[in-house]
Amino acid sequence: MIEVQNLTKQYGPVTAIRDVSFAVAPGEIVGFLGPNGAGKSTTMRILSCFMPATGGSARVAGFDVFRESMEVRRRIGYLPENVPLYTDLRVAPYLDFVAEVKGVPRSARKKRVAEVMDRCLITEMQHRLIRNLSKGYRQRVGLAQAIVSDPHVLILDEPTIGLDPRQIAEIRALIKSLAGEHTVILSTHILPEVSMVCDSVVIINRGSIVAQGPIARLVEEFFPTARVEVEIVGPGPAVLEGVRAIPGVVRVEAMAGPESNGSGRFVVESARGRDVRGEIFQLAAQQRWMLLELRPVGMTLEEVFMKIVAGEEHQGTAAEPSPVDEMTQVAPEP
Amino acid sequence: MRIWPIYKKELRLYFTSPVAYVVLTTFLLIAGYFFYSIFSFYVRSSMQMAMNPQMGRDLNITDSVLRPLFGNLSVILLLLLPLVSMRLFAEERRSGTIELLLTYPVRDGAVLVGKYLSALTLYGLMIAGTLVYPAVLAYFARVEWGPLLAGYLGFLLMGALFLAVGLFASSLTENQIVAALITFAVLLMLWIIGWAADFAPAPFNTILTHLSILEHNDTFAKGVLDTKDILYYVDFTVLALFLTLRSLEARRWKG
Repeated sequence: MIEVQNLTKQYGPVTAIRDVSFAVAPGEIVGFLGPNGAGKSTTMRILSCFMPATGGSARVAGFDVFRESMEVRRRIGYLPENVPLYTDLRVAPYLDFVAEVKGVPRSARKKRVAEVMDRCLITEMQHRLIRNLSKGYRQRVGLAQAIVSDPHVLILDEPTIGLDPRQIAEIRALIKSLAGEHTVILSTHILPEVSMVCDSVVIINRGSIVAQGPIARLVEEFFPTARVEVEIVGPGPAVLEGVRAIPGVVRVEAMAGPESNGSGRFVVESARGRDVRGEIFQLAAQQRWMLLELRPVGMTLEEVFMKIVAGEEHQGTAAEPSPVDEMTQVAPEP
Repeated sequence: MRIWPIYKKELRLYFTSPVAYVVLTTFLLIAGYFFYSIFSFYVRSSMQMAMNPQMGRDLNITDSVLRPLFGNLSVILLLLLPLVSMRLFAEERRSGTIELLLTYPVRDGAVLVGKYLSALTLYGLMIAGTLVYPAVLAYFARVEWGPLLAGYLGFLLMGALFLAVGLFASSLTENQIVAALITFAVLLMLWIIGWAADFAPAPFNTILTHLSILEHNDTFAKGVLDTKDILYYVDFTVLALFLTLRSLEARRWKG
């Protein structure tokens, strides 16, 4: 549904994105992640036909965004980052205007606008001036204008920024409900959001794509080991030695301690699919160490993202090691 | 071409914001005052001339009331119309709504025409408000309808030119005040460029004279419809609109 190939955009001497390539299948929700200023909005502006790329090509719904822009524009719904709305219009007339401009036939327009307002939970605000709406409601009006023509592709730039937690949950639910019938590409820098809403992600940093694929696969790729967090009261070095000796354990890392009660915290990494919790318990029992906690740690997209972005930054400033590296030096490399 | 929804939206924006009301009120207030002063003066002079029929031979409504009125009103328009057109593109740029507008399936031309027509409509309403004055005149005296109609046609053409220049200026900047100032400067220059004609050498003086708005706006009020004058307004209007379209398209290429 969306194919981007070697997309490059330069603002004068500044390169905003470089050689960006990715594809989104129909009906998929894809998260577009990256730190601030990574090039997310630039990519979305190109996809929505607002600005041309300097190089490369992008196709949306089978049409080139530059040469067949009108065809693309007929098939997309776009929500820019800062949600620009006509603040001097009322909600219902505004949505009616968007529906008309986007070619919703006159006979269906009223019903369609009512439907969309209902779906975005703004029906009770329909007679208000947009100027007087709160940020959360404006965001929903923005989303409503994006979906009012029932487009094939939705391009949402930071759809949940500046909302309160309840509104975020509502908007997420709404976006999730759009999957299947619409192809959605949404950018964000809030990572839990992506894990909750998206099927797969594209991670962009400093204008280049650094990772892409389904979230589960990315997590496995970047964290090939399973992790267990353990808290044990016992002689620190001996505990470290003992746990390391358990077959299947690839790495043990001391995290904190010893505390005043003599306990220490460790992270135990083992090959994926190999559960070492039983052995750790038995070891502690044998040695008469007190086992206070034994907890599997699920690696999330957040860790993947931090690893990628921190890694990139580390490469950029190669001289001094980051704190993350110092910590891992405690344990021997697998 | 989806001109209609754009047109409707722009008109709605004029009327849900205070712009339309303030412009209409200001214009009609000042226009009414001008009409009152000019007509009072006419009444007084016609009384004086009633004593001396010889002098009153040349006194008529067209020359003594309507022509000066139209002349004065065009100066007001020179000041007011830049304020009507300044919003059209500048505000969309400042608030970022242009990002949505230009990603909707409408051609730049349709956006342009829709916006232009909405400004013309507001202008039409301003002009329609002044129709009260000839109506009042007709109650007391004999109005020559031909020159009156011609005067209004000239008025419309002149407003169309002012608004087209304003639309172009508005497409250049995201600052409404800058847009209004550019418009005002361009129009004022066009207005007074004829002054330089007195000192310019041979071929240039006629060119400068012809470029001046001043040279073209009085003939209509006299009741003369000259293609030279009509073409002057139409040419400049089309040129300004064409430049606006170019400036819209340029941002698509440059990004």
